[in-house]
Amino acid sequence: MNSSSAAPFLLTLVFSVAVLTAMGGALIAVLSHRIIRSVCGLALCCLGLAGLYYFLRSPFLALMEILIYIGAVCVTIVFAVMLAEPDEPVPRAHRVGSLVWASVLAVAGVLLFWGLTRLTAQAPVTVPASRASDGSVAAIGLALLTTYGMAFEMISLVLLVAILGALAVARPGRHKP
Amino acid sequence: MSTLQSFLIVSALLFGIGLTGVLTRRNAILVLLGIEFMLNAANLNFIAFWRFGPNPEALTGVMFALFAIAVAAAEAAVGLALVIAIYRHARTANLDAVEELKG
Repeated sequence: MNSSSAAPFLLTLVFSVAVLTAMGGALIAVLSHRIIRSVCGLALCCLGLAGLYYFLRSPFLALMEILIYIGAVCVTIVFAVMLAEPDEPVPRAHRVGSLVWASVLAVAGVLLFWGLTRLTAQAPVTVPASRASDGSVAAIGLALLTTYGMAFEMISLVLLVAILGALAVARPGRHKP
Repeated sequence: MSTLQSFLIVSALLFGIGLTGVLTRRNAILVLLGIEFMLNAANLNFIAFWRFGPNPEALTGVMFALFAIAVAAAEAAVGLALVIAIYRHARTANLDAVEELKG
């Protein structure tokens, strides 16, 4: 059958598109000089990451990634850009030392993750085919209400305190027009 | 192509890019963006290890990633409120210019 031979190629193509979207978005976010382009890069990267989550068979998490990161975090950052810092960052004249440190630490981080990758390569694990569909919304809702009920309530408390804290921090200093 | 190693390599690259952004940019909003990238890399690691791990029916990785996303959203809200407050006070969000707590 034709589709059985085309399926791995198609999967690889989708995976590559998601990876390239995530990496390109991240590079745009870090390298561009205007803040609004960096925010758009973050949105693009989150879209690619949502594709990767879907590729890992957790579509609920892909939906949450798009909903929370693109819909909430990026919009909040755009509001902050509008309220706080409209101009470009200053050109870096004599920041060679910090650049050296940044590159050294970035290489160290990549090496750390590469080491973890090698450690997992020592014991290769695969997904059994019978368990492939347990990232469903029903299973997640059941786990949130039974096993992780306490953590669910705690995270709602954390979000409430974060909202109140953001209001309390950003509120003073506003004057009536 | 869709092995655990490829996801870990993607996550490592994302973490490196985020760390580079945190350490090289001088705008507070861009530093927050870099932190978001590093959190996203950690989330990708959680999901990949959960999916390819020995016990994927326990939903631990998904729960961890969900709570990490919620904490990241809270962190972004509080951090951006701090950036706005600092900008109102010091008229700049450049991290080199804002270097003392007592203003």
